[in-house]
Amino acid sequence: MTDVPVTTRKDWATDQEVRWCPGCGDYSILTAMQLLMPEMGVRREDTVFVSGIGCAARFPYYMNTYGLHAIHGRSPAVATGLAMARGDLHVWVVGGDGDMMSIGGNHLIHALRRNVNLNILLFNNQIYGLTKGQYSPTSERGKVTKSTPHGSVEQPFNAVSLALGAEASFVARTHDMDRGHMQEMFRRAHNHPGAAFVEVYQNCNVFNDGAFAALTKRDARDSMLIDLKHGEPVRFGSDGEFGVVIEEGRARVVTVADVGVDALVVHDETDPDPSVAYSLSRLANTNDVPTPVGVFRAVDRSEYGSAVTSQIAASQAKAGPGDLHKLLHSRPTWQVA
Amino acid sequence: MTNIAQRAGEVRKADGIVLRFAGDSGDGMQLTGDRFTSASALFGNDLATLPEFPAEIRAPAGTLAGVSSFQVHISDHDITTPGDAPTVLVAMNPAALKSDLPLLQPGGTVIVNSDAFNERNLSKAGYESDPLTDGTLDGYTVVTAPMTDLTKRACQDLGVKPRDAERSKNFFALGLVSWLYSRPVEPTVDWIDGKFAGRDTVIAANKAAFAAGHAFGETAELGASRLMVAPAALDPGTYTNINGNTALSWGLIAASQLAGIPLFLGSYPITPASDILHELARHKNFGVRTLQAEDEIAAVGAALGAAYGGHIGVTTTSGPGMALKAETVGLAVSLELPLVVIDIQRGGPSTGLPTKTEAADLLMAMYGRHGEAPLPIVSAQSPSDCFFAAIEAVRIAVEHRTPVILMSDGYLANSSEPWRIPDVEQLGSINIEFASRPNHVNDDGEAVFWPFRRDERLVRPWAIPGTPDLMHRIGGIEKEDGSGNISYEPDNHQAMVRLRAERIALIAHHIPPVEVIGDPDADVAVVGWGSTWGAITGARRRLEAAGHRLAHIHLRHLNPLPANLGELLSSFERVVVPEMNMGQLCRMLRAEYLVDAKSVTKVSGQPFTAAELAEAFYREIETVGAAR
Repeated sequence: MTDVPVTTRKDWATDQEVRWCPGCGDYSILTAMQLLMPEMGVRREDTVFVSGIGCAARFPYYMNTYGLHAIHGRSPAVATGLAMARGDLHVWVVGGDGDMMSIGGNHLIHALRRNVNLNILLFNNQIYGLTKGQYSPTSERGKVTKSTPHGSVEQPFNAVSLALGAEASFVARTHDMDRGHMQEMFRRAHNHPGAAFVEVYQNCNVFNDGAFAALTKRDARDSMLIDLKHGEPVRFGSDGEFGVVIEEGRARVVTVADVGVDALVVHDETDPDPSVAYSLSRLANTNDVPTPVGVFRAVDRSEYGSAVTSQIAASQAKAGPGDLHKLLHSRPTWQVA
Repeated sequence: MTNIAQRAGEVRKADGIVLRFAGDSGDGMQLTGDRFTSASALFGNDLATLPEFPAEIRAPAGTLAGVSSFQVHISDHDITTPGDAPTVLVAMNPAALKSDLPLLQPGGTVIVNSDAFNERNLSKAGYESDPLTDGTLDGYTVVTAPMTDLTKRACQDLGVKPRDAERSKNFFALGLVSWLYSRPVEPTVDWIDGKFAGRDTVIAANKAAFAAGHAFGETAELGASRLMVAPAALDPGTYTNINGNTALSWGLIAASQLAGIPLFLGSYPITPASDILHELARHKNFGVRTLQAEDEIAAVGAALGAAYGGHIGVTTTSGPGMALKAETVGLAVSLELPLVVIDIQRGGPSTGLPTKTEAADLLMAMYGRHGEAPLPIVSAQSPSDCFFAAIEAVRIAVEHRTPVILMSDGYLANSSEPWRIPDVEQLGSINIEFASRPNHVNDDGEAVFWPFRRDERLVRPWAIPGTPDLMHRIGGIEKEDGSGNISYEPDNHQAMVRLRAERIALIAHHIPPVEVIGDPDADVAVVGWGSTWGAITGARRRLEAAGHRLAHIHLRHLNPLPANLGELLSSFERVVVPEMNMGQLCRMLRAEYLVDAKSVTKVSGQPFTAAELAEAFYREIETVGAAR
């Protein structure tokens, strides 16, 4: 990658006025991305951002790369075609919780299942922002919104659990208050061959302000965010006083002093069996209990586009490159003189 | 048919026969018909087929609902339809006889498997008495053969279980009709070897049944029923027998070769379009990528994504899938990216008649998107023509950067005909231009790329990711013409809506003018589109043979309509528009040209016959003549 030109944040930003509400968490995600890109060793022209509809989906307009702002929910499908056709590109998919987990839920799980070479960023703010404040598929039970004046009676999705259940080969979670952590997750996603799913807890300061504040405000993070680190015991708290054990397949938060360090689960993101990763994802179904962030799972699995390309290569090696004349004469023929 | 005054061994000549194989869904009638067709094609007949089968894979055995039929018209001259009515019906059970006998020509030949005419089967078919003996078949030539029993006997020394042997009875029927209609034996024998390779007992049983059927004809003194249809004097060349879906698949591959860029198909299984996915998935050595998507929406979305990446993006479906894809097609209209959407129409609305034909999606193709979202529409007129229609759809899509809808239907999809294989050098070319450099200079002198800067055809550049210096953002939000920046300005939207309409209308200058088939000075002109071409042509020839004059105009392009069409239509006393819908093209022509076109419609799930149309056209010719 030595021939990739040196760039700065400015090179990755467009001249378009950013139109998110002042104070929106999307700004910090955009900044993290624009600052990260010059460090990734990639060309702008080889980078594509694909999105659906929603506040998050405006992201491509602000990245000076190729960008395709598609329709609601369909970005994983559109990006699947692009990534299949063009294995040489770095394709990012950006969307919100309504876009990717509601109208586009089917495309998301199938892109993950197929392991298409996509970096999928879910900006989860647990609300519909662009349509001015309806509950979303990640809104908590009891959520009062314009469309649920008596409180939501629906069970929300846990995005990480869903991705793990969909056989995703890479699953991570981060939040908009920690640029370094976001960048680390984005970098890991970029380096992962296949579908990489990153949930970003993102604050919507207009319609769902402070949804994640109990987890992400600076003085709460140590005790409320469980930073998953591969090969290390799962431990958190300002002095590492808390930890997580797996008992009968279930994750449970413990005080390290009570159980001893050796009892803690050692995080293995490469475990082919997603059970432990899933258990860890179940620790937090609400935003007021300690919540794991970091890479839940990163396993090697055949990448979809490469597998398709390999079949083409194998077919060409066996049958030779396509010969149209031969094809048209490939069924029984007869002559008329 | 009943004339038996002939010398033994002499085979009477016929200029054509229409044979219909009918049996239970599990009886292998489609395969039997297909084999008879292939043997006839290799023999040199012209032919046209009409497969008809239930939507259920195995409807209850022996019932009317489970009847599966295959009609084939073989001829010693150029023909365009599978025939008005069968002259020969092969009925493998009572249900098949009951359901298809009403179609048979008076005095036609009925060949039945008498073993299947037991009380149980008769009652399932709703016969109160045995039609073989109660006079039902009076006036027909009847050939009865105990096909099940003779097949079992032929297989008894082959180590085949009787139950398995029974399954070969369709080959007995094929052997019998092959003898009756003087078909060559070798192609079928060779085919059995290839098809069932590695399953020796199946090969042995099928060959034994085939031979037994053939021998039955010779020994049962059926000579009086023998007929010979000589090869047709078609244009010189190399021919193959091809159905619409195969021709369409090959056309897409050909287009990819002509354009020099890869083909990408996103598709979701749906009858009667799935065979295109199957066929294209086989040809990976042409660089074809196929995605069996999670749904119809993903299928078109992926095709659009691939097109954005510089591939020929195609999606195939039928009516219900068209409805689901509409929003993405609208996005393609807004993005001005190439996309080919193929609609193999079937009976609707909703699930409708999945295995029957109809052509009632025209107005959906024209208008079935929100907002003003015009796009070109191309249609195929015969099974082999699907090849050329596919090339034309791709050409318009990539050269004019627009989604194109290609219309075929269930009849064209499954019906087959001999095709004179074209010289690949004569297929023309498809022009691909990817943008490679900035196309605009900013006020500050900087060279930039404007994704919506248009050429003289109002076509925008196709700048694919990976191209240095041309990074740009496009989307479904209204954009400023030229720069492509998001714009909600009233004047800009008005201008963009008009531009999108105008650039599609301009394509009329890049398609050939429509030509009149038949007599351009006739009083009555027939305007058709799609698969009605065969029946219209058959009807025209009959009327001409009877001394009448008729003009036929068949539309390859339904949007934009050919530039000369309006003037042409105004030169006729009467315009008649036969369609397999309730008059959709007729409505378009009336609206576009203020012409008092008359609609002739059929929505029974079956194609028009030439006889039906000849009668309808004759009425118009008479009416105009009488008014004079």
